[in-house]
Amino acid sequence: MLRVIVRRLLQLAVTLIALSALIFIWLRNLPGGPVEALLGERATPERRALLIKALGYDQPILVQYGKFMQRVLTGDLGNSIRTGDPVTDVIARAFPATIELAVAAMIIAVGLGVPLGYLAARYRGRLLDNLTIAGTLLGISIPIFFLGYLLKDVLTQDIHWFPPSGRISTGMDNTSVTGFYVLDGLLTREFDASADALWHLILPAITLATIPLAVIVRITRASVLDVLNEDYVRTAEAKGLRHRTIRGRHILRNALLPVVTTIGLQTGALLSGAVLTEKVYNWGGLGTLITDSISGGRDYPVLQAIILLAALVFVLVNLLVDLSYAFIDPRVRVR
Amino acid sequence: MQARRLRTAVSLVAVAALAVGAAGCAESDRGDDNSGEAKTGGTFIFAGAGDPKNFDPIFNDDGESFRPVRQMYDTLVQHKPGTADLVGGLAESWEHDPEGKVWTFKLRQGVKFHDGTPFNSAAVCYNFDRWYNMKGAAAQSQMIYYQDVFGGFAKNEAEGAGQALYNKCEAKDDSTAVVTLNQYKGAFPGAFALTALSIASPDALKKGDADTVKQNGDSFEYSSFATTTPVGTGPFTFGGWDKAKNEITLNRNPDYWGEKAKVDKVIIKVIKDENTRKQELRAGTVQGIDFPAPADRKALSGEGFQVLDRPAFNILYLGINQKNPKLKDLRVRQAIAYALNREQLVQTKGPGGTKVADEFMPDTVLGYAPDVQKYEHNPEKAKQLLKDAGAEGLTLNFYYPPDVSRPYMPNPQEIFTVLANDLQAVGIKVTGKPRPWNGGFKDDVQQFGKQDLHILGWTGDYNDPGNFVGTFFGRGKVEFGDQAMTEMFAAITKADGTVDEAGKKAAWEQVNRDIAAKWLPAVPVWHAPPAIVVTKDVQGMIASPLTDERFNTVSVNK
Repeated sequence: MLRVIVRRLLQLAVTLIALSALIFIWLRNLPGGPVEALLGERATPERRALLIKALGYDQPILVQYGKFMQRVLTGDLGNSIRTGDPVTDVIARAFPATIELAVAAMIIAVGLGVPLGYLAARYRGRLLDNLTIAGTLLGISIPIFFLGYLLKDVLTQDIHWFPPSGRISTGMDNTSVTGFYVLDGLLTREFDASADALWHLILPAITLATIPLAVIVRITRASVLDVLNEDYVRTAEAKGLRHRTIRGRHILRNALLPVVTTIGLQTGALLSGAVLTEKVYNWGGLGTLITDSISGGRDYPVLQAIILLAALVFVLVNLLVDLSYAFIDPRVRVR
Repeated sequence: MQARRLRTAVSLVAVAALAVGAAGCAESDRGDDNSGEAKTGGTFIFAGAGDPKNFDPIFNDDGESFRPVRQMYDTLVQHKPGTADLVGGLAESWEHDPEGKVWTFKLRQGVKFHDGTPFNSAAVCYNFDRWYNMKGAAAQSQMIYYQDVFGGFAKNEAEGAGQALYNKCEAKDDSTAVVTLNQYKGAFPGAFALTALSIASPDALKKGDADTVKQNGDSFEYSSFATTTPVGTGPFTFGGWDKAKNEITLNRNPDYWGEKAKVDKVIIKVIKDENTRKQELRAGTVQGIDFPAPADRKALSGEGFQVLDRPAFNILYLGINQKNPKLKDLRVRQAIAYALNREQLVQTKGPGGTKVADEFMPDTVLGYAPDVQKYEHNPEKAKQLLKDAGAEGLTLNFYYPPDVSRPYMPNPQEIFTVLANDLQAVGIKVTGKPRPWNGGFKDDVQQFGKQDLHILGWTGDYNDPGNFVGTFFGRGKVEFGDQAMTEMFAAITKADGTVDEAGKKAAWEQVNRDIAAKWLPAVPVWHAPPAIVVTKDVQGMIASPLTDERFNTVSVNK
């Protein structure tokens, strides 16, 4: 077992190094770069040359990569080109915003999705079922940015129910403890800040939740339908158990297994959806950071760090899944 | 079990109640008060379009950094609000010797920096010396305006950097500062009004280690002065920069020497998406936004917002690259000029108030000649000129950036389409080459010169013809094919070096006449006024041609 883990960790290191090299070379070969962004319209050839030299972009790409890796190995991810802040700070600021949004979206998706899916299955073929199926189709196919702008237009412009963007009202005094504004407000007893942050969270969370919600409804519905036909449900009914017990213990509990797997998968998918949702709502999380770092003139250090971070998480999750398989099924270890 | 459920239910209700309460507050805060009188106090929230870089003026060259900097600092010479005319700032008056080398500034008395230290001639000289003696390639490479104006440093870190124009600064007495230059430059005194040359507190500069710009990998790290402790003499003091919330807070400076701010606080909120800025304005969560889309101007003004046009201090031009031998022939370039129906372009695609341009600078700048050769739309003449030059059936590639909106070019795609159609109509085949602004356009056009034609422009920094015409045509540039128009370069250098005001005016007028008739390195297209929008509650916002808006005159009436 230990050998498997060590081997996989070595593979992980090699994968990450190869990936970092690929990202590094790819980013630096894109047209346009930080030099243009830093110089703006007042670029003269001399200034361009000076900056290219100062930033070391005149050196061979392998030398540049070597210097980059040297820094990374000492834990220094560099500073953002746009803001000059250490990349670790930049990411640490954006991370809680994205997590807060993702958690809220997941609460909506699961909280609504599981009951809706269950009800749709129970009333299969009836109006509620048909409506739900149609709704999920719409939910899966509607582009996130379109829905985002639509919700904003109706609910913030036509009727002023929600704020159009941001995580908290401009100028609102709040103390940041964890970076999760809703939670921070509760922790520091700044309840008005907490409520304000919650108010800002609702529309983006609904926007982000649509796709996972639709998927969860469909999986729950299909899974409950499967379970309804199982022998043990019929047996339970024949035994004269209370409906509530049958629903809770026999149907829902068994039907939830595939749903839980789906929730796990959808959580990963949320991060890609967050790029668009955050853009629409000026949210200031990792998604916003990615788009800003690309459009604001190739903020290499930030882009590299985010891509590597995402890759690291992805590879680690895969590793964990594989290891758990090996743990559960001894045959995997033999291979 | 029951107890737990009860608890859950109670907390849910509590959260809902809080949320509803907050919505109620937001509603009542917005309550209208139409008394119509300017009020003092309160907060003015303005949505900017991008992150500032930092708050040390000398290391900046972009409008988003300058917006907060302008509220916190003053320059020796300032612009009269709403114009590009020069008035006294920290200097009450200024004069130069006949050679234009020695500039004497009479300074305002009794002015204090935000940290309580006095503003005086020693402080002025400290700033000038600081810029001139700046060390390190990282720092020097970021001093874009300083280099524009002063050419070089005490010790240049880069090859190709020019000789320094600055010689020394002397504090004659507390209220007299004398700046000596090695030679006259036409940019003065206009350049003394550049936001980048704002005067900072020497004490704070030292304490905040302002001269240290560290290079770390791909980037620059600025001092604490630049990021957390900027100190100037302006109407607002620095309150903070919350990067998670993207908010810059500025507080009223009760000891300001000039017109004291009416609001207690200004918050500059960074909202990059143009559509979101507009929605925030409509929702009443911000009271001002910059750069509305041209298409939205009418709607916003119809909804009761104040759409304030900045007097156009910019130019959009059609660049012609003489690397293509066919375009070396003046007749071909003139044919291109005659082919364009710029009047129609202005009417159909220009933001309100746009004017056809006949010269490469606005008519408010010294040296504008009212009698230059004008190129009215004349397709027949264009065809004839092409025939005379033996350039019929010409095929030209035309570079444009479809993904950006610039103050002088809010809609590049539309502008390209109209201009290309005009050219096709006289028999010039046009191959459109759309390139992303930051991912090809600027490189291809300014560095590699791949284009035959392109659209680009400029917003002036200060009131000086050299800042417009000199920037474009003062020397050979890749953008125009490194054209060897030595006669033009010499004429511009001469005009820029003329000290006497009348002589300078005449020299620049002649340059502008010759550019239009003899040289025509590009075709001027239009001057387009960019706008700033504020809610009807806002009073006292004065739109500036140089985007030099200062918020001390602004009050929010609500």
